[in-house]
Amino acid sequence: MIRALILFLLSLIPLKAAAQEEIVLGLSQSEVAITARFDGSDMLIFGAVKRETPIPEQPLEVIIAIEGPSGPITVRRKDRRFGIWVNAAEIEVASAPAFYAVASSGPLEQVLDRIENERYGITVDRAIQAVIQTVEYGNTQDFTEALIRIQQENGSYQRLENAVAVDQQTLFRTSIALPSNLTEGGYKARIFLTRGGSVVSMFETVIDVRKVGLERFLYNMAQEQATLYGLLSILIAVVAGWGASAVFRLIRNG
Amino acid sequence: MHIYLPIAEVSVNAFLLLGLGGVVGILSGIFGVGGGFLITPLLFFVGIPPTVAVATSANQIVASSVSGLLAHLKRKTVDLKMGYVLLAGGLVGSGFGVLIFNYLKSLGQVDLLVRLCYVVFLGIIGALMFVESLRAIQRARKAGGVLPRKRKQRNWVHALPFKMRFRASGLYISAIPPLLVGFAVGLLAAVMGVGGGFIMVPAMIYILGMPTKVVVGTSLFQIIFVAGFTTLLHAITNHTVDLPLALFLLIGGVIGAQLGTGIGVKLRAEMLRVLLALLVLAVCGKIALELLIEPSEIYSLAKPGAAE
Repeated sequence: MIRALILFLLSLIPLKAAAQEEIVLGLSQSEVAITARFDGSDMLIFGAVKRETPIPEQPLEVIIAIEGPSGPITVRRKDRRFGIWVNAAEIEVASAPAFYAVASSGPLEQVLDRIENERYGITVDRAIQAVIQTVEYGNTQDFTEALIRIQQENGSYQRLENAVAVDQQTLFRTSIALPSNLTEGGYKARIFLTRGGSVVSMFETVIDVRKVGLERFLYNMAQEQATLYGLLSILIAVVAGWGASAVFRLIRNG
Repeated sequence: MHIYLPIAEVSVNAFLLLGLGGVVGILSGIFGVGGGFLITPLLFFVGIPPTVAVATSANQIVASSVSGLLAHLKRKTVDLKMGYVLLAGGLVGSGFGVLIFNYLKSLGQVDLLVRLCYVVFLGIIGALMFVESLRAIQRARKAGGVLPRKRKQRNWVHALPFKMRFRASGLYISAIPPLLVGFAVGLLAAVMGVGGGFIMVPAMIYILGMPTKVVVGTSLFQIIFVAGFTTLLHAITNHTVDLPLALFLLIGGVIGAQLGTGIGVKLRAEMLRVLLALLVLAVCGKIALELLIEPSEIYSLAKPGAAE
């Protein structure tokens, strides 16, 4: 936490000096409502660069990072013991985001310096490795790499290079597909402007992802009135079972 | 048509869920097994988190078991008296089972133990049933399609005190064996996290000597209570019962259970046992393979505190 704060304060210093270019941002939706029919959502992110000075020589690049709510996650590794595969080792990553997407206007290696990436924590490995606190097994690198690999395969972590369109060094836009297995919470969206690999401006906003309507009601009930919810589930099951039996009897007799 | 499940926090196809519920419901109606050992892995496959899958399938099992039981009650193929005795033993057994489960959890590796339990018990039960029922079919063929009624076996079961008459099963035996069977099944069911139908059904046939037709309905009767209890426990302690998910599964499930009961009544008892044996062996084989074959991804992710 303290380290993050220091990093944040450090990051403010050069920005204040070089804030000649500011980001004006638009979002297709400032909040995502999860209804019963929710099946993923495309988030359109667009904006413009406001500047009072002439356009510098070096081309402008844009990086957009969206980070879902973080939580602890356990990574287990199977090993062969006595001829069978068992979970032999595990580490607990103190905090990893449920969703993470990085879209950039060019190949990330070219538009972003490694040092700048470390300072701002832009790529997903920075977002995870920065928060590992418990180390029980010698080499945790394998575990975090596996975490990223698995999350990338199921679409929770995305790396979208050349996905941001930049016009006239001023207008930019991209579209990021939010998956259907979205976790509730605040999604932090950060937009970075870079020139020659260095961040020249940054903008941050939060997209709220919330269950609404029936989804909200059922979720709250399951959490807050668990006994009633459990009894209701059983009642519905018994009534449905009885109902089906009654309907089938009618069909057979009729 | 996709539907977002509020507790599982994923969006899945509603018709897929109806289909899954239906298939498991049919099997449940035919064999008198709750189907927990089938539906839970199927739900993992669809992308439902394991904890939600386990809790919600218990709820779905209540519905399909009620549906199946009512169909059996109509045909008078339920031994309610036997059901109560088994249930009494079963509730005590599952109480002890939860204690054992928590003890194993404190030692770690409970997941492995559950899997080994599955392989050993499913393997033994499946193999024994398969051999026995094949012999029964051969005998029936030789006797020209009609199975000669065996003389009632006289073993240790009949030498115990506290005899009770179980009219629907045509048995006059001591209450101790059913109580013990109920206890043992309840214990295993709690440790393995299933309703216990696939252990209960063979135990009733081979240990208690109940007629196969009565066994299915009586097993369903017993499963309703075990699964209901499990649902409530999960809802209160883990908040992992997903009502919309359960609803879609059980709509498919109750319809399937009705169809299944109809199929089960038409099948011959030996055939029923062969098919159940094959089903049990198939599940056993799948779990054994998972343990033996090198997985393509040796790493797995879980929320902290989850069993798997």
